[in-house]
Amino acid sequence: MAGLGYACLLLAFAVCGYGICASIYGVRSGRVEFSDSGRRAVYALACILTVAFLVLEVAFLRNDFSFNTVADTSSRTTPTFYRAAAVWSSQEGSLLLWAWLLSLWASLALFLTRRRMRDIAAYATAILLGFAGFFVSLMIFYANPFKTTSPAPAEGVGLDPLLRFPTMMIHPPMLYSGYTLCTIPLAFGMGALLARRVDADWIRSIRRFAFAAWFFLGIGILLGARWSYSELGWGGYWGWDAVENASLMPWLTGTAFLHSLMIQEKRGMLKVWNVSLVLATGTLAIMGTFLVRSGVLNSIHAFGGATLGVPFVVLIGVLISGSIYLVVSRRDMLRSEHRLDSLISRESIFIANNIVLVGLCFVIFWGTYFPLISEALTGQEASVGPPWFDRYTVPLALILVLLSGIGPVIAWRRATLANARRNFMVPIGAALLTLLVMVATGVSHKPLATAMFCCAAFVFGSVGQEFYRGTRARRAMAGEPAPRALLALVRRNRRRYGGYIVHLGIAVLFVGVAASSSFQHASELGLSPGQSTRVGAYTIRYVRPTATITPRYDAAHTGSTLSLGAIIAVSKGGKPVATLAPSEGYYNSQDPSQGTVGSLIGGQPVSHIANNSSFTRDVWTAIAPDIEAPSLQRIVKVGNATLGSEDAIVAIGYLARAYLKDPPPAQFHFIVSPMVMWIWTGGMIVFFGGLIAIWPAPSAVRRGITVRARARQARGMARV
Amino acid sequence: MNPARKRTVRLVVALTAAVVLAGALVYTSFSAASPALTPTELVRKAEPGQSYILTGTVAPSSVHREGAVLNFSVEDRAGGGMAIPISYTGTVPDPFREGREVVVTVEKQGGRYVGERNSLITKCPSKYTTAPAGQTKTG
Amino acid sequence: MSPPVVLLTVALIAFVVLIVGAPLMPARGPHGERGGELDTPPDPQLEVAREDVEAEREAKYREIRDTELDYRTGKLSEEDYAAVDGTLRAQALEILDRLDALEGSDLTRERESTDPGD
Repeated sequence: MAGLGYACLLLAFAVCGYGICASIYGVRSGRVEFSDSGRRAVYALACILTVAFLVLEVAFLRNDFSFNTVADTSSRTTPTFYRAAAVWSSQEGSLLLWAWLLSLWASLALFLTRRRMRDIAAYATAILLGFAGFFVSLMIFYANPFKTTSPAPAEGVGLDPLLRFPTMMIHPPMLYSGYTLCTIPLAFGMGALLARRVDADWIRSIRRFAFAAWFFLGIGILLGARWSYSELGWGGYWGWDAVENASLMPWLTGTAFLHSLMIQEKRGMLKVWNVSLVLATGTLAIMGTFLVRSGVLNSIHAFGGATLGVPFVVLIGVLISGSIYLVVSRRDMLRSEHRLDSLISRESIFIANNIVLVGLCFVIFWGTYFPLISEALTGQEASVGPPWFDRYTVPLALILVLLSGIGPVIAWRRATLANARRNFMVPIGAALLTLLVMVATGVSHKPLATAMFCCAAFVFGSVGQEFYRGTRARRAMAGEPAPRALLALVRRNRRRYGGYIVHLGIAVLFVGVAASSSFQHASELGLSPGQSTRVGAYTIRYVRPTATITPRYDAAHTGSTLSLGAIIAVSKGGKPVATLAPSEGYYNSQDPSQGTVGSLIGGQPVSHIANNSSFTRDVWTAIAPDIEAPSLQRIVKVGNATLGSEDAIVAIGYLARAYLKDPPPAQFHFIVSPMVMWIWTGGMIVFFGGLIAIWPAPSAVRRGITVRARARQARGMARV
Repeated sequence: MNPARKRTVRLVVALTAAVVLAGALVYTSFSAASPALTPTELVRKAEPGQSYILTGTVAPSSVHREGAVLNFSVEDRAGGGMAIPISYTGTVPDPFREGREVVVTVEKQGGRYVGERNSLITKCPSKYTTAPAGQTKTG
Repeated sequence: MSPPVVLLTVALIAFVVLIVGAPLMPARGPHGERGGELDTPPDPQLEVAREDVEAEREAKYREIRDTELDYRTGKLSEEDYAAVDGTLRAQALEILDRLDALEGSDLTRERESTDPGD
């Protein structure tokens, strides 16, 4: 079966080559059948890579250890769900996932544009097939997922226990979908420049692709943050790690693009800016993919050796130089048709928003690549830490939130100054009220958090006012009851009100970020059973120890041999707040040098944190039991000496019993963070609003006809 | 001032502001950055009061915990050279153990090296190095 | 590679060639001799221009609606609204004129192509 997989890769490479040639020949000679054939090459590629992916997936599910990737990342004791997801935990498998997702999304995009934009689509086909061919050739020459060993080993190494979390398994497909979707606007952007056609039709299509990229990439980023917080043992959701930053940068430029595209649509301005943004987003996405795999920067995600570095650098070099060349050589057709009518207009707020977003992207870019930059400039590699990032991103984020509250209140083109002043009263009032509350409750000793709360209140006020006024206007026009009017208002103005909901979600998210970072209480404590201690306003008591042993599957279904933990009772002011049950899982190591008993628990230990979430605060704790304690190690040593591998599990039973009877003191990491749930809730509001904004309106045609009839009438009247 | 002139002025002001801010950013990044050093380099170059980012592997048999403080030694990834003892408080990542690659921010205090709180990063063990068939990869 | 795998590979290759080669098959006549969907319009340039103007029209209608909503939610005064609305509607009329011209030329061409004198 591995032969079929490898044959698929070779076939895929050939199809990419053919498709590129056919598309380019078709568009340059005007022979449409060749462009069509090139487009169908993408569909064929999707079929081929689906087969290849299925071959690999089935190999994992069937525990076919003749496949090297399967033997390296899966095992018989890995639960089925994680076995299925282990496909993309390796370099080779993840490359296949990337190429497969690219072929699927590209097929969809080209199918949707099959009757329109033929010239642009043909160029885009060639570019997308170029990307796919690049990744396929990486697999053929550097990292083959279908390499086999004969004879096949009897058991695999198993999926790294650190990855055995549900969120971690959804995060890569979402993130890769986001990354691959970023290449589609890039391809259509380059295609438009090559075809010398950047116009209204292109805008309409590329908005959908850019939105899809923004949507999936954003979900991928949020899932990563949630995984980091709720399943890893450090209790944070964002560390300004190189890989986190790499995914955020294209999302920021994508957000900027979605806004400035509206200006190009209305006023024919910012064409060079928009095209540059679209090309930058795609390039940043490829750079993000490269960063994870090259080990070029120190990061928690060390994903593979440096062998992939050179091809990626070449690709990125080609992308950057190609983009610059295209924009410069086509600058004549990218001239602006109009200028800004007035500084007090929604257009200028959008431009300001773009500047802030790109500024944020630049700061993050600089900080992320600083080790390389400093090494190149000074010869000494140095890196900047989270405090540096925070210093620059926090003020920019404040401005961003503020702008998102100003925008809704200002009209397009040219706002009436007197009206604008009046319209700001409610939002400013909301902000001032919040400030008073903050000062009164003493929150204001954290000025940045207070500033963010006030900006968020400003946004709530401005968006709330918009919904209220819109509903009122609709009721005046159509006489509907308020709830119906509100629904109709949103349905008929999806882009506007969906956008308002997105801004609302962002404000909620930043409130959560500000509260949970500025007002967090964290501490490390050592506790013995029955002991309690105070952390801030909370009292923590170690109630009793817990131990679980399963030969194959544990309660969390992650396959750990032994799981040691504790029950913790948290109370505040005498009233119980939460009961938490953190634990640490010990996994099979397959290392005979640790002994028959030792190897059963000698693998990578993984912390299973316990978190009690509510809307106002999260109570979070992780435990590090003292497995090195002499009382427990004695059992391991005796077991190693006297038991064979068949009976070794008995010693684990004794270990668990000993732990329950007389547990050694354990270390606890205890964090209380306010309003963390606002972050996830805000994220969901953002994506909900985004869906509303992009949802096609069915009644658009009808409305169009009404306006057209009136326009015709106006013209008719003018003639008479 | 005619509109075209106004636009040029606005553009110049905006660009100047951008350049100044970018310059401030770039300048502060160099002074705020911590150099990344290996243990051998750290011993030679470390000055008290300056924080450094130490990269290396955890030396065998060097891990001891005293209450909230974790003591361990870091040696060069390439092996050989000195092993530097570090006193560290804060979160210890799950993959941490002897032989693993770590990155920790340290500061020289007196004769000792103190790890900055919560700055310890342990790299995920490399699963992608090809090993001869039958050999297991742990630690 | 075992026989079933070889067979599967060959089948896959054949499938791919079929999909990719279909548009190139000589069975399709060069001009308008195909039934069902019209894959190639008579004049690609015209088609492109038409799609473009239609998209412009959609965008202009949306602008008109947005401006009205801006006025009704109190962001524009009556005079400002009248001014902007007038400008937008004039631009919309201009777009409709251009669209008519394109459709007109299209109709003329169709009439000419069915003319027996051709």
